[in-house]
Amino acid sequence: MTTAIAVSHGGHGVPPIPSMEGPAPKRIVVSFGFWIFLLSDIVMFSAIFATYAVLARATAGGPTGAQLFHLTTVGVETTCLLLSTFTCGLMSLAINLGRRGATYLGGAVTFLLGAVFLTLEIREFAAMFAEGATPQRSAFLSGFFTLVGCHGLHVAIGLIWLTVMMVQVASKGFSPFVHHRLLCFSLFWHALDIIWVALFSIVYLMGAR
Amino acid sequence: MDPTPRDRAPGDETMPEAKREETLAGLQAYLIGLLFAAILTATSFWTATTSVLWSPGVATGLVVLAIAQMGVHLVFFLHITTGPDNTNNVLALAFGILIVGLVVIGSIWIMAHLNANMMPSGNLPNLQMQR
Repeated sequence: MTTAIAVSHGGHGVPPIPSMEGPAPKRIVVSFGFWIFLLSDIVMFSAIFATYAVLARATAGGPTGAQLFHLTTVGVETTCLLLSTFTCGLMSLAINLGRRGATYLGGAVTFLLGAVFLTLEIREFAAMFAEGATPQRSAFLSGFFTLVGCHGLHVAIGLIWLTVMMVQVASKGFSPFVHHRLLCFSLFWHALDIIWVALFSIVYLMGAR
Repeated sequence: MDPTPRDRAPGDETMPEAKREETLAGLQAYLIGLLFAAILTATSFWTATTSVLWSPGVATGLVVLAIAQMGVHLVFFLHITTGPDNTNNVLALAFGILIVGLVVIGSIWIMAHLNANMMPSGNLPNLQMQR
């Protein structure tokens, strides 16, 4: 790859090969490592998705997805998470400019939208439990609660992480370490929305039909 | 500043120089991403609820829309591009997609075959799975 770049730039001064300039800057190493972690997390989700896909029709005479899912709720949840990914992106722009006020605002809106998402999901779960649709009822429901619950758990962890990061910005300012952590957080939050896209398409939209 | 192409981190949108312009470009990318994602999401919900479309094809359509939206998120929100400073990130992503594909498609394929081979008759679909 590096050879190809060097050749393509050959006409106007060959740039030095990146690996010969010594190790990459810390933030690139940190966020590349976090990117690898995120991909491993996505691989874990793919196993849970595969389990769900295999068990989706095994309702054991219990309630089916079409009876349990309310697409209006799912639509609101999807909107919340998509908007919070967007505001998280705006927050990282504010961080790069070094503006604290805009960072707090972006963080607060992101947190609020994430919290609305989580509240709606918990209420949805509670309504299902009240109808007797518990994870023990059928293989389909075990798979459903594992998959959606695991995503919800990630969102909850993201909300805690976001709170911690806002406290760190307040107490330590935009130090390089805080920068790296905020970069990792925004990657995490964007990745959660990618998983939700697969989740609402496969679980809810296909299940509700 | 450093003019040589450095590896770029996933999620990066700004370089040290010309921050204001870079911020505007970043904002534009996020807005385009939000627009595409909103259109694709709305299309998915419409596809799932409408009776206009040929119903056996809807599932395929939803999968295609979901994959398209994941691509939009990767490019506009995670800033995974095809640029030379992004090679490592793209290679890692390619490996991740390979594993995800093997796990999901492989599981569904194998379990569908097992189901087909275990069933005494086509009239009792998924009896095995309901135990």
